[in-house]
Amino acid sequence: MTAVTDKTQPTSQHKGQHNAQHRLPGPVPASKGKRPPGTRDARRRLVVIGNGMAGARAVEEILARGGAEQFTITMFGDEPYGNYNRIMLSHVLSGEESDADIFLNSLHWYQDNNITLHAGVRVERIDRFTKYVFANNGHVVPYDVLIIATGSQSFMPPMDGLYTPSGSIKPGVFTFRTIDDTRNMVKHAQDEGHPSDRRRRAVVIGGGLLGLEAARGLQSHGIDVDVVHSGGHLMNAQMGPDGGAILRRSVEALGIRVHTGSRTTAVLGTDKVTGVRLRDRPDIDCDMVVVAAGIRPNVDVAVLSGLHVERAIVVDDQLRVVDEDDIYAVGECVQHRGEVYGLVAPLWEQAVVLANHVTGADSAAAYLGSRIATKLKVAGVEVASMGLQGPERETDEHIVFSEPSRGVFKSIVIRDNKMVGATLLGDSRKVAYLTQAFDKGLPLPEERIALMFDLGGPGEEQGVAELNDDAQVCNCNGVSKKSLVDAVKGGCNTVAGAMDATRAGKGCGSCKLLVKQVVEWAADGDVAEDPAASYYVPGVPLDKASLMAAIRKQGLRSVSSVFAALAPGSAEDAKSKMGLASLMKMMLADQYIDERDARFINDRVHANIQRDGTFSVVPQMKGGVTSVQQLRRIADVAEKHNIPLIKLTGGQRIDLLGVPKEDLPQVWADLDMPSGYAYGKSFRTVKTCVGKDFCRYGTGDSTRLGIDIESRFQGIEAPAKLKLAVSGCPRNCAESLVKDVGVVAVEGGRWEIYVGGAAGAHIRKGDLLATVDDPEEVKVLTGRFMQYYRENANWLERTYSFVPRVGIDHIRAVVVDDAEGLADGLDAAMQASVDSYMDPWTERDDPLTPGQFRTSLPLTVLPQVPVR
Amino acid sequence: MNAGFNLGPVDQIPFGEGRAFGVDGEQVAVFRLRDGSLRALSAVCPHKGGPIADGTIDQDLVLCPLHQNAFSLDTGCSTTGAEPLTSYDVQMDNHQNIILRTAAR
Repeated sequence: MTAVTDKTQPTSQHKGQHNAQHRLPGPVPASKGKRPPGTRDARRRLVVIGNGMAGARAVEEILARGGAEQFTITMFGDEPYGNYNRIMLSHVLSGEESDADIFLNSLHWYQDNNITLHAGVRVERIDRFTKYVFANNGHVVPYDVLIIATGSQSFMPPMDGLYTPSGSIKPGVFTFRTIDDTRNMVKHAQDEGHPSDRRRRAVVIGGGLLGLEAARGLQSHGIDVDVVHSGGHLMNAQMGPDGGAILRRSVEALGIRVHTGSRTTAVLGTDKVTGVRLRDRPDIDCDMVVVAAGIRPNVDVAVLSGLHVERAIVVDDQLRVVDEDDIYAVGECVQHRGEVYGLVAPLWEQAVVLANHVTGADSAAAYLGSRIATKLKVAGVEVASMGLQGPERETDEHIVFSEPSRGVFKSIVIRDNKMVGATLLGDSRKVAYLTQAFDKGLPLPEERIALMFDLGGPGEEQGVAELNDDAQVCNCNGVSKKSLVDAVKGGCNTVAGAMDATRAGKGCGSCKLLVKQVVEWAADGDVAEDPAASYYVPGVPLDKASLMAAIRKQGLRSVSSVFAALAPGSAEDAKSKMGLASLMKMMLADQYIDERDARFINDRVHANIQRDGTFSVVPQMKGGVTSVQQLRRIADVAEKHNIPLIKLTGGQRIDLLGVPKEDLPQVWADLDMPSGYAYGKSFRTVKTCVGKDFCRYGTGDSTRLGIDIESRFQGIEAPAKLKLAVSGCPRNCAESLVKDVGVVAVEGGRWEIYVGGAAGAHIRKGDLLATVDDPEEVKVLTGRFMQYYRENANWLERTYSFVPRVGIDHIRAVVVDDAEGLADGLDAAMQASVDSYMDPWTERDDPLTPGQFRTSLPLTVLPQVPVR
Repeated sequence: MNAGFNLGPVDQIPFGEGRAFGVDGEQVAVFRLRDGSLRALSAVCPHKGGPIADGTIDQDLVLCPLHQNAFSLDTGCSTTGAEPLTSYDVQMDNHQNIILRTAAR
């Protein structure tokens, strides 16, 4: 190999201190599999030049495919060690890890796998015709298959004074490539021989990833560091100038001086380093120079041996060196489709394809290049970069967020609604999601800002790839990430299919987005488009608008008639019944033919089923206002029926829990109060504060308005439950800002109406719909909004999802400004629903179906029947 | 096989719903499908003890009301990964009575 490479190699005097465990003087002979002399090994001979991350990984992949049966394996490594993780060298430099910690394969691994390792031996030439490699220690080894994984070396930019007159590198000048480089730097940094009356100083040449890592590492040894970078901004390979400027601020805040756009022209000092000379700036005094100005592929052996080399060794999609049958190359020394990679991820991908070919495990495997997405911590600053740094075409969207004072910068490039590039600095929380979007071309949210930040809304776009297998995705049904992944691997290739199989997302539903992401991740982008995703209910293949239109057009009036007319094969679907029943009641009011079997049990018996199969009874208590008579009656009922638990609800009512189904009619009769609807997908309750009668801050009669709203809209069905509140002043004691509809009295006799708030499975502050003068107007707009929601929201879609989906501006236009001329229709439809209200608890006197309130409880003695 | 238990007239179960019966020491949910045919499964959900007779049904499945586990009305096998329910032979006699055999199929 050439002199340049030699100069970057460790000098031998340091070797004595190395950890003996990882070092060896000569070749490690294979300990097993030695055959008696004279027997012939039928296996082919695999020789690997290079024992770095690429070479060792390729061998690991080959072994994993049964390579040990096919090959005797011989490896040559330049460095006199086993195989270590080069990426971690910056941690060794900074002292965060010891050098022993970063070894990937100890020498035992080679012995255990029957690999002959020539460590500290360099291959100088390949004879590709006779198929021998020639090592610098005189070894000549034959091969049947050869893998070149010679990696890269540090690039030494031309400058004066780099070498001593004798030709060796000037003491105090270092490259940052190998474990020996790192050890030498640490030794130099800690050397007691330096004058202690001044702080030691180092100059790092190169402001890329490696240079900044070196700078930060040296700092941890108490050294003042200057970074000299010829590019216009730091890390110009990964980010554009804006990001680079912010990175510079962050790096400088650490106390590292940065000189960009400048070139080091000379290393000063006669026998050791005393400083550097810059092209256009004053000299910098220093005791140490670290050259981290990029890498160059090690191609000397390939060139000398007559292989096809351009910028690196040229390989095809099988990682085979061009025009060679038996020679492969892998890693940083490779040029594939014009690309030379300097990161680890492509190397792993290459090693897999190479191993598949060499072993014949998958001769169709092809390496098609890597999409580079990096996530690193550079000098303590989180950096992630993928794809384009900035827009390239006029039609490219470029979304940029820049907050220099916190060192945060985010830039995303979108082309044709696909993410084609991103840079994140200082805040990499969205990296996993963005990486997925980049790798798989996922559809992007319309609100682009959601790519950069988690907005207050349903679903957390957190990094599913980073979730542990046992992380619970669905907190209601206890479904782990692994269960979902297993379901996908087991053949569920739709989101709905995986949800059905695991029941993930079938509880409160707040995890649905996360479930979707896990499924998409597990399927590796191979998720079948789920046609049912847009259906209002799963069993009828129509979205809500089409479904409603079909029901109207065909004059359907019952759930069974909808199945008969609109479902495939006219098949009933249990999962669709409740949603259809709700929708048709909303559409048809008293024209609806109510089939009780279409209702969920709660709606059949007008109470909320509990875990033990008993029910909870919540009488109406409008606005949370009660009376002596009510309280006394409730107390009497609770006593008479031995109610196990009496509980105040969050909606300002009293809940009687543990009522057996068969007792419901009697409990209702004894209460003689209307239903509070604490069980349905319907209008539930209006929470109010004390209001102006008593509260000294109250500005509006919130209690009265709350009672009026509840009286008007009691029991109306909706796609999901509706919880309301009215507060008498902006102190908001009734929590109106986090309600489906929340009303706040403000000074001047005005009322603010908020919609789409939530404080349950999700937290969302409602959007201000309107501010009005008159409580009557509040009632009108509340009703009109709720009707618009009823007609347009998806089944089980709460307002906190519906409002942001449709957009508050659009809702305001329809509901407040009547921009679409819908207001009268909405008001009339709501009025029809209001008019058809009937307290369901009156069914106590005349059950609608036989055995409506008969127990289904396994807990109690069931009606016994005579034996025939 | 025994001759079966007469659970009484079929019209005690509304179309599309289920009712629970105690039969021979076992708790059985009997469903009357909208096509008029009958199905019978054990009445207790193996998942968390939910009352199966209170479930929503179609021609094929019953959904447990507590956590929406789904079970085949014909076989009792769950399509949502729960343990299976026991399936019983159930028929109507000439007098519109429900006849159930408890020896599990």
